Amino acid sequence: MNDVLLTFILIVIKLGLVLGTVLSLAAYMVLAERKILGRMQMRHGPNRVGPFGLLQPLADLIKLLCKEDLIPERADRWVFMLAPAISTVTALLAFAVIPFAAPLHLFGRTIPMVVCDLNVGLLYLFALSSLAVYGVALGGWASQSKYALLGGLRAMAQMISYELAMGLAIVPVVMASKSFSLTAIVAAQQPWPNAIRHPLAFLIFVIAIMAESKRTPFDMPEAENELVAGFHTEYSGMRFGMFFVGEYLNLIVLGAMLTVLFLGGWHGPLLPSVCWFLIKVLGVAFFFIWVRGTMPRLRYDQLMAFGWKILVPLGLLNILVTAAWLLWRG
Amino acid sequence: MSLWRDIRGTILPFWVTLRYLFRRPVTVCYPERKQTPAPRYRGRLVLTRDPDGEERCVACHLCSAACPVDCISMQAAEREDGRRHAAWFRINFSRCIFCGLCTEACPTLALQMTSEYELASRELLQVIYEKDELLIDGCGKNDGYNFYRLAGIGVAAPRGSNPGETPPVDFRSNLP
Amino acid sequence: MATLLFYILATITLLSTVLCLTRKNPVHAVLYLVHALFALALLYFLLGAPLLAAWQIILYAGAIMVLFLFVIMLIEPPVAESRTSGRVIHWLIPAILSGSLLACGGALIAMDPAATNAIASYWMTPRDFGRALFVHYGLAVEVISMILLFAAVGAFHLGRRYRPTTKEDVS
Repeated sequence: MNDVLLTFILIVIKLGLVLGTVLSLAAYMVLAERKILGRMQMRHGPNRVGPFGLLQPLADLIKLLCKEDLIPERADRWVFMLAPAISTVTALLAFAVIPFAAPLHLFGRTIPMVVCDLNVGLLYLFALSSLAVYGVALGGWASQSKYALLGGLRAMAQMISYELAMGLAIVPVVMASKSFSLTAIVAAQQPWPNAIRHPLAFLIFVIAIMAESKRTPFDMPEAENELVAGFHTEYSGMRFGMFFVGEYLNLIVLGAMLTVLFLGGWHGPLLPSVCWFLIKVLGVAFFFIWVRGTMPRLRYDQLMAFGWKILVPLGLLNILVTAAWLLWRG
Repeated sequence: MSLWRDIRGTILPFWVTLRYLFRRPVTVCYPERKQTPAPRYRGRLVLTRDPDGEERCVACHLCSAACPVDCISMQAAEREDGRRHAAWFRINFSRCIFCGLCTEACPTLALQMTSEYELASRELLQVIYEKDELLIDGCGKNDGYNFYRLAGIGVAAPRGSNPGETPPVDFRSNLP
Repeated sequence: MATLLFYILATITLLSTVLCLTRKNPVHAVLYLVHALFALALLYFLLGAPLLAAWQIILYAGAIMVLFLFVIMLIEPPVAESRTSGRVIHWLIPAILSGSLLACGGALIAMDPAATNAIASYWMTPRDFGRALFVHYGLAVEVISMILLFAAVGAFHLGRRYRPTTKEDVS
């Protein structure tokens, strides 16, 4: 019983740590994105609130909290109110299975540095990311506005076509490491990270998560110059804030997923393992911001055609080749 | 080779944005650093005086007629020596679009634009400028111009005594 | 304990399905169906098939129901909500259903069916699952996938845009 209690306390501590880190990271990701984008366009970015604009997330939070929470009159009230929560909660829940550091040896116990080491952790992540689309779709449907509806529709079509490519890109990784557990997958990448061992899968996965995160080359659901703001056109105040935070949480989740599956997780020389994990996640996030500053938006049919006609066949071929290689090697 | 061009076209922009990331921003941080506007910048309007120190405005209403947003209003009056002036002159800067049509319409060059652009105020009535706020002491852009000395009306000086003006012909002396 | 959970989950599944069938609003119906699928996934987990539970959520709730929703949104404009939508009943039933589902999920994770379940011999690891599917029932899986392939080809053929003239006619 004592052991169970200790495990429980440890889980709560890890949960608090992860939640605090991830939420503040998400808040500062917004600032970092605005700053980096600004510098890429030869602007300063936010620099008014606090030194170098470092308190900007706080100011934004206060502003969002104080704004009126508007619900359109003909909207489907309860669905409208729940939709932002879905998109935030699915992003937050995903952190439960992400191993963020090497197991810690403390007082003769081995503490795995993951909130909950599921043996089907990868599938759990995948399930959550496939459920995240409900927040966007229902939000778009419930607000009774054509822009929001179009945004929701686009989000759904995009998610369905890219989820498949993403799943196919993960299969070689699972085949090579022979496990669905993320800890085992990270452990299997000891000498070389999967990005080097499965470069094609890595490429497909990067493109698919970019579509999954609804960011710039694939930001059709909220294309601001066609659909006002897409699925969150009718949202205001903290409900909009939840969509917003959910998007940046998703950015971190996908960064962590890429790190764990392809960039070797916490492995790295010299620095402690947590640092390596954070560096890799932030590096992926920077790459995402960089892409946003560089790429134009694709057209809708281009996106769908690219997903179904190029990425999915490539993914299937990659699985075949990897399987043959694994069989040949024994 | 089209594929090669596509790949290049996808990779090269990344290099461009990365380079720009380390460039100095061109933004001027406004309240700390103020830019000097160009000499012909169209900012706040002023009423100028002629070199003699008298008001240039003759209250002809041309500016308010030219104003596309109708933000200029005035009332004309006349002094006993025949000099016209505005009894009151009012510009509503909350409506003004700073197009400069009024200054082009002004025949006496009284209404001129300055480069002052910080007009914002929390109080709406503070951006409605009355005549005493608009009138400045100087001549503005055209130093030497004095309407009444060129108009041939004996207000600033008796008729014919202005430079370049011939005295008026006494038509009675021309009678046969 | 496991039996009790089974009956609770089964009740939730049934209730959500009935609610799904009786809704007038198609999107609400889809939501109840998703809820029923969640309960079903938990049932699978309880019965010792975590992989099946995960696939249930990923494929049915995450992909197929999204397609349903997509089609509904595509062909049916959103129904205007009646003025009585502020009533308690509108959120009480979903709240009770999803609350009990959450509680069941929590209880399920806490009691860890892999370790304490009376029917531990039925605990199916992903490896066993794959072996059963592709070795034991390999032929059946292949036949079914062939049938699905025919269906896909047929759907593609039916959905193809009809072109009145061929190249020979043009020339």
